[in-house]
Amino acid sequence: MASRMKKEAPEIPAGSMADIAFLLLIFFLVTTTIASDKGILNILPPKQDPNVPPPDIQVNERNIFNILVNANDQLLVEGEFRDNTEGLTEDIKAFILNFGAPNEAALGLYNSLPASLKAQAGRDPESSDHPMSGGAVVSIKTNRGTSYEMYLEVFDLVKKAYFEIYGERVGLTANEYRALTAENPGEAELIDRGKADIPMAISIAEPDKTGE
Amino acid sequence: MAKFKKKNKASTTISVASLPDIVFMLLFFFMVTTVMREQDILVEQRLPQASQLQKLQKKTLISFLYIGEPRNTGLYGTEPRIQANDVLINPSDIVLWVNQEKDALSEAERDMITISLKVDREVKMGPISDVQYELREADARRILYASTQLLEN
Repeated sequence: MASRMKKEAPEIPAGSMADIAFLLLIFFLVTTTIASDKGILNILPPKQDPNVPPPDIQVNERNIFNILVNANDQLLVEGEFRDNTEGLTEDIKAFILNFGAPNEAALGLYNSLPASLKAQAGRDPESSDHPMSGGAVVSIKTNRGTSYEMYLEVFDLVKKAYFEIYGERVGLTANEYRALTAENPGEAELIDRGKADIPMAISIAEPDKTGE
Repeated sequence: MAKFKKKNKASTTISVASLPDIVFMLLFFFMVTTVMREQDILVEQRLPQASQLQKLQKKTLISFLYIGEPRNTGLYGTEPRIQANDVLINPSDIVLWVNQEKDALSEAERDMITISLKVDREVKMGPISDVQYELREADARRILYASTQLLEN
C-alpha cells in the first residue's frame, strides 16, 4: 500500500504554466504606459512687481530676430511673410553667428570658435552684433489664437539652432549634445564648453489678444 | 543508409519546455516598466511632436499639468481645461496647486520644481499663456513642454 502511494507521487502539471504567464503578460502589456517625461525645457521670466515698472532696456532692432505667428499659424520672420518653417533654423543660426559689430570680448569668442562656425559669420552690419549676452536675441511672439502645435514647432526650431551651434563647438551633433548629462564630469565639461558665452536668448512675448 | 534513416526518425517537434521561461522574461520586463496610472486623465491628450527633446535627471521634481479639451464634453464643455492631480481646475487655482506640490518636496529642491505641461495639440495659445502667467506668479518657472519625438526623414 505504502509503495503504491509513493508511485503516485504528487506532481503539479506544468503544462498550464505558460498559459498563466501569458495571461499575466497580456495584463501588463495592456496596463503598461512607458513613462514619457521628455519634453522641451523652457525657463519663464520672473514675475513682475506691479509697483516697479519694467526695466527700460534699449536693444538695437538689428539685435532682435523677430518671429511673429498669427492666429492662422502664418509666420512673419524679420518682416518677411512665410507660410512654413522651412529654413528657419539656418536663418537663426546665421543671425546668432553674424558678429556684425563685435566688441573685444566677442572677438575673443569669435577666435575661439571652430573654423566651421567662423565660416558662418556673415559680418552683416544690419544683423546681430554678437551672440554674447547683450547681443543677439530671438523673439517669438504669438497670438492667443495661434495653435500650440505651431508655437512649439517654432520654439523647437529656435532651440535646434542653438543646440547645433553648441554641438558644433565641441564637435558633436545637436542630438549628441542634448544627450549629454551633467552627472558625468567629463560630459558636464563638454556641456559648459558648448554653451559658454553664447546664452540661449529666447524671448517669448505675451501673446496678442486679437483674433481668439 | 540505415544511419540516415535513424536520423530521420528523430523527433522534429520543437521543444516547448523553454516557452514559459521566455514568457516569464517578457512578463518581468513589463512588470518592471509598468507604471500603474493612479489618476484618470479627464482631458484629450494628443501630444505634439518636437525634435529637441531633453530628459530630466530627477523625476521627483516633475509635476504634471494636463491641458486639453475635456473628454466628457457633456459635463465639462468643449473649451480646453486644466487638470491637476485628479480634478479639473481653473487658472486661478494654479498658484495654490503649485504651493501644494512644492510642500511635498524637500526645502532645498523647492526652487527646482519643474512643471511638465502635457498639452493637447489642438489647444490654442490663449489658455497656455494664462497658465504660464500663473506659473510665473507661483514662482515655478521651470516648465517642460511634454512632447513626443519627431521622426526626422
